[in-house]
Amino acid sequence: MRPEQGTMQSRAMAMAALLELLTDQPVIICNGFPSREAYEIADRPTHFYMIGSMGVASAIGLGVALAKPKKQVVIFDGDGNVLMGMGTLATVGALKPKNFIHVVFDNEVYGSTGNQPTISNVVPLEKVAKAAGYVNVERVREREDLVYEFKDMLKKDGPSMLLVKVNELVEDVGRVMLDPPDITKRFMKAIE
Amino acid sequence: MIESDAFVQALQDIGVDFFTGVPDSILGGIIAELMERRLYTPAVREDEAVAMAAGAYMSGKVPAVLMQNSGLGTSLNILISLNVIYRQPCILIVSWRGYQGKDAPEHLVMGEVMTQFLDTMKIPHRTLSEKTAIEDLKWLAETFMQQRTPVALLITKGVVKGLHP
Ligand SMILES: Cc1ncc(C[n+]2csc(CCOP(=O)(O)OP(=O)(O)O)c2C)c(N)n1
Ligand SMILES: [Mg+2]
Repeated sequence: MRPEQGTMQSRAMAMAALLELLTDQPVIICNGFPSREAYEIADRPTHFYMIGSMGVASAIGLGVALAKPKKQVVIFDGDGNVLMGMGTLATVGALKPKNFIHVVFDNEVYGSTGNQPTISNVVPLEKVAKAAGYVNVERVREREDLVYEFKDMLKKDGPSMLLVKVNELVEDVGRVMLDPPDITKRFMKAIE
Repeated sequence: MIESDAFVQALQDIGVDFFTGVPDSILGGIIAELMERRLYTPAVREDEAVAMAAGAYMSGKVPAVLMQNSGLGTSLNILISLNVIYRQPCILIVSWRGYQGKDAPEHLVMGEVMTQFLDTMKIPHRTLSEKTAIEDLKWLAETFMQQRTPVALLITKGVVKGLHP
């Protein structure tokens, strides 16, 4: 267990806890295992599952947040994804959409491709976000803190980043069984 | 030469209502006009701009991304694995640097291969000219609606008025 020694929840457990607190908010989920796990835990038409396009989950979410200012937009991201699209932290920080909640499941690895280390063990992504202009940032490990902070962010004006330290465990899940054009259509209808 | 405000108005008239991108000198006048009209959301990379436009499209907008043709290289993966795979259209307003081999060295290769590159990616494209501007924009709107994929309007130097006349 590489990330900050000690008890750590899995991403799937953390994600399940967050999905329980969400209803009809648009959720953009980054490529790799995060999308597959979210699909397995709770498939909702308001979910936009990504295959490919690594690094731009938050940019897609930003587009939704700007075009739908009355909807609270949630992004489920990974540390490798955020590092690849780090410029978008700056764009979000500068534009300051109030309805933007960026959850980063930080397992300190490219988990989907075989656990090669990322550099998020030495680069605190929530501090980068804060410096870039995110209004609220929190770093959590325990489930109670995760739930508490996420509920709090749902009440506050953003942009917010919730960085969740998770272990490397990956659920034994299959691929997302939806055709990408159907994901687009379904998502568009659900957030209309 | 087409005036920037007329060009922006024409884009608005065909329904474009979300503009993002990364600047190029050829696009300077258009971006200034968009900023004046408070329609422009600046991005820091072209792939980010394309992804933002995808989010806006799924929220009911008709998006356009402005970029230098070198930005097509930066956007390649997103154009393919987001727009094409998920069938999400996007209008690309691309400045054609390196047109006819007359430009700074960094633009010459992309300037030469760009149309082949767009053909390979199956992105329909057309080059704006003052004479055919009305049809060019009509084609742009129709292709956007019908094909549900990215579509590019190429702009060479001097066709739309820039910042420095
Ligand atoms: C441009 C690009 N490069 C590499 C990959 C391969 N790839 C898919 S998922 C992934 C890891 C993503 O890491 P992270 O965001 O930390 O999520 P995790 O897998 O750890 O849950 C990589 C490298 C890809 N899909 N696209
Ligand atoms: Mg990771």
